[in-house]
Amino acid sequence: MDFIDKISSLHLDILKEIGNIGAGNAATALSQVLNKKIDMKVPDVRVVSFDEMMDMAGGAENVVAGVFLRIEGEAPGNMFFVLPLEQATSFIQVMIGDESFSFETTPYNEIGLSALQELGNILSGSYLSALSDFTNLSLYPSVPALSIDMFGAIISYGLIELSHVSDYAIVINTSLNEEEEKYKEYVEGHFFLLPDPDSFQTIFKSLGVSHND
Amino acid sequence: MIECKDTIKVGIADMNIVKAPNVIRTSGLGSCVGVVVYDQSRELAGLAHVMLPDSSLTRSGSLNIAKYADTAIKELVSILMKNGARSYSLKAKIAGGAQMFQFTSGSDMMRIGPRNVEAVRKELADLHISIVAEDVGGNSGRTIEFNPKTCLLNIRTVNKGIKDL
Repeated sequence: MDFIDKISSLHLDILKEIGNIGAGNAATALSQVLNKKIDMKVPDVRVVSFDEMMDMAGGAENVVAGVFLRIEGEAPGNMFFVLPLEQATSFIQVMIGDESFSFETTPYNEIGLSALQELGNILSGSYLSALSDFTNLSLYPSVPALSIDMFGAIISYGLIELSHVSDYAIVINTSLNEEEEKYKEYVEGHFFLLPDPDSFQTIFKSLGVSHND
Repeated sequence: MIECKDTIKVGIADMNIVKAPNVIRTSGLGSCVGVVVYDQSRELAGLAHVMLPDSSLTRSGSLNIAKYADTAIKELVSILMKNGARSYSLKAKIAGGAQMFQFTSGSDMMRIGPRNVEAVRKELADLHISIVAEDVGGNSGRTIEFNPKTCLLNIRTVNKGIKDL
């Protein structure tokens, strides 16, 4: 039986709260790094097909900056911090204090890429430590890996583990935005948390909810 | 008569076939492999977006045959034959199988791109379909489009432009 069939709306609410706590901490961290106000949306938790997943950040072909971390520990999974190039550029410019940084020309400025990788590290780290405090599970992030590429190519990497068991993914998606109105809806950063299939049970159990209720 | 050209889109872990003058396309190939099998004289082609190397890895009850290299290619060939392709004239072009992220830990999951390519090559060899052209490996995502009329595979890679194979 597909493990996803056992997920109820209570479970989804729990996952939503996880996204809320994790991304809330990450947004605070981001705000401190950039010294800017950051807006966060109510997390969106959905059971989606792989194709629907592609549409969550502007389609499979949309070029984004993606930081990927593998989560090890009691509830393994994959985590992505995805930024549209416009926003990644402006974050990097602030972090390295170089207004001329851009993704228009290759090879990219190494310092800039390293800064973005570190940003991903800080944010995912704060997301995960909040999650770990909340659930009392020990979680260890891997060293982050960065890729500037098509969203489909990046995210499909995180679906491999899941695709052994299912054609659907439970995705905890939280959007972040700079408070200024200069960005429209489609240019916003996303956190995607994709727990491994077996991790859901562990997460629910740690919070006192049975997976089979 | 004005020919109306449609683009048939293939999603992730999905497959479809196309007849000229239409073209077939799949976007955002990372570690996945896009396999095109075609019969040039019949102007008929099929495309599968393969995600995993081997269907024996599955742990779920229902099997999505388009997801695995071994099952997808067999099914694709049988659909093509039902639509008039002849087995002796089938040829293949493949693209994808990149390694999107570089990790020091060389776990098997991290090598999924090269493993997908190996599995696709083996399956095509077993079916006696020769690979005419390929663009595999590396660490960039690809979007591919195949035109069964010209039998050219158009590959778009971020920052590396567009090429035809």
